[in-house]
Amino acid sequence: MTRLLRPAITLAGLLALWQIAYHIAGERPYLLPSPLDTLTTAIDRADRLAHHALITFGEILLGFGFGVALGMLSALALVLWAPARRWLLPILVISQAVPVFALAPLLVLWLGYGLSSKVVMAVLIIYFPVTTAFLDGLRRTDPAWLDMARVMNAGRWATLWHIRLPAALPALASGLRVAAAVAPIGAVVGEWVGSSAGLGFLMLHANARMQVDVVFAALALLAAFAVGLYTLVTALTRRMVPWQAESNA
Amino acid sequence: MTVIPHPPRADRPADRLVTPAHGLGVRLADARLTYGGLPLFDGLALDLPAGRVTALLGPSGVGKSTLLRLLAGLEDGTHAQATITTDDGHPLAGRVAHLAQRDSLLPWATVLDNATLGARLRGTRTPATRTAARALLERVGLGDRLADRPDALSGGMRQRVALVRALMENRPLILMDEPFSALDALTRLRLQDLTARLLAGRTVLLVTHDPLEALRLGHRVHVLHGRPATLDAPLEPPGPPPRDPADPALLALQADLLRRLTGEAHGVPCPEAVAP
Repeated sequence: MTRLLRPAITLAGLLALWQIAYHIAGERPYLLPSPLDTLTTAIDRADRLAHHALITFGEILLGFGFGVALGMLSALALVLWAPARRWLLPILVISQAVPVFALAPLLVLWLGYGLSSKVVMAVLIIYFPVTTAFLDGLRRTDPAWLDMARVMNAGRWATLWHIRLPAALPALASGLRVAAAVAPIGAVVGEWVGSSAGLGFLMLHANARMQVDVVFAALALLAAFAVGLYTLVTALTRRMVPWQAESNA
Repeated sequence: MTVIPHPPRADRPADRLVTPAHGLGVRLADARLTYGGLPLFDGLALDLPAGRVTALLGPSGVGKSTLLRLLAGLEDGTHAQATITTDDGHPLAGRVAHLAQRDSLLPWATVLDNATLGARLRGTRTPATRTAARALLERVGLGDRLADRPDALSGGMRQRVALVRALMENRPLILMDEPFSALDALTRLRLQDLTARLLAGRTVLLVTHDPLEALRLGHRVHVLHGRPATLDAPLEPPGPPPRDPADPALLALQADLLRRLTGEAHGVPCPEAVAP
């Protein structure tokens, strides 16, 4: 019961704060629309919102999928292949010194206004947290387990499959949760810099035309999707590491 | 507390499928361990007679675990070296099973999967392996916990799974590193009985800092003490293991061992050790 009740109370509290802010700001819907104004707008323009939302959600999901896959493969390569660790790990760390947002205009220039530049943006933003989390997990296998595998005459791949991979799942799970939280940022930043569709595009244009209620409706949709994605990933990662269920709470 | 040892029986699957690999005597010689430039022991020799439990008793930090790791092939030779010879002339590498103080059960695997880990790692798990593991787990009283994960088990149950995992390896030498030290006294006594029964006829090296445990389980008991550490002439407690912990003869031997461990280990007599 509390699992549903608590988020519901939090949501109601946030809506109440929003309503209070609306009154304090002098009830000027063209600057700050009330929750009800926003809902009305969302229903009135449901078709248009849905069209743009589906594009953005698609970008987020594709970026999440590719980013996670790429991050996991990189971590595996880094842990299995010593030269990769020596040469690629420093590059990986240095690459994080470049703000991903600064790359957005370049990505749009190279990949165009369509889907791919946003997906790549989301991949770039997800890649690092997933890679480092999984790599950490793979490198921190309990030495007692590795000794045990050696005494049992286990090969390198068997040790990886039966011991190191499952042992790294809790670390991977936290990387996936971070990825789920930041994936929407990548997609929307990409849309802001240059796009012809998507919630970011919609917000930019609505803002320019002082349609603040549309901006809020889009923001609410985006927030709902981001929370939904995070909740889903959290639930899935909990099932992935059931032996750690209590420490994931 | 005394448990009657069961002789192996052909009609019991656990006894049939995991046939004890009897009789490999092992000799460790010229064992050396340096730590921070100082020798912890040098030129140490230890005989592990075939089919016998050799108990190695010593205070913490004397290098007992390193001796065991040397036999397990887990030392890379930078700090510790030794010459290991076996009765059959083949190298010992890959022919030991290890039971450590920490059970090291994999938290994501079921009891049955943990017990058959060795076969799973070598890719040799067959239905027969599973049958044998199931039968052994039944014998240690875990027959109804096969599908449980380790976090659902008590410390004693977990160590029993680890014991089955070591037995499933069916190796000619079993190394035990303070296997029961993390358990409460009663559970420890029960597990010692169970272990003595299940390990009968195998070559075992039991490293422990508990004199009573060494005396209950060991055919021979060595004391490792001093710096650099030396091995005393082995003590051979009377009667077959597991011995009754209440036996006055055993308690007298325990007092003697405690005296050796506490007093002589530091080179000076320790007042507590010589108290009446």
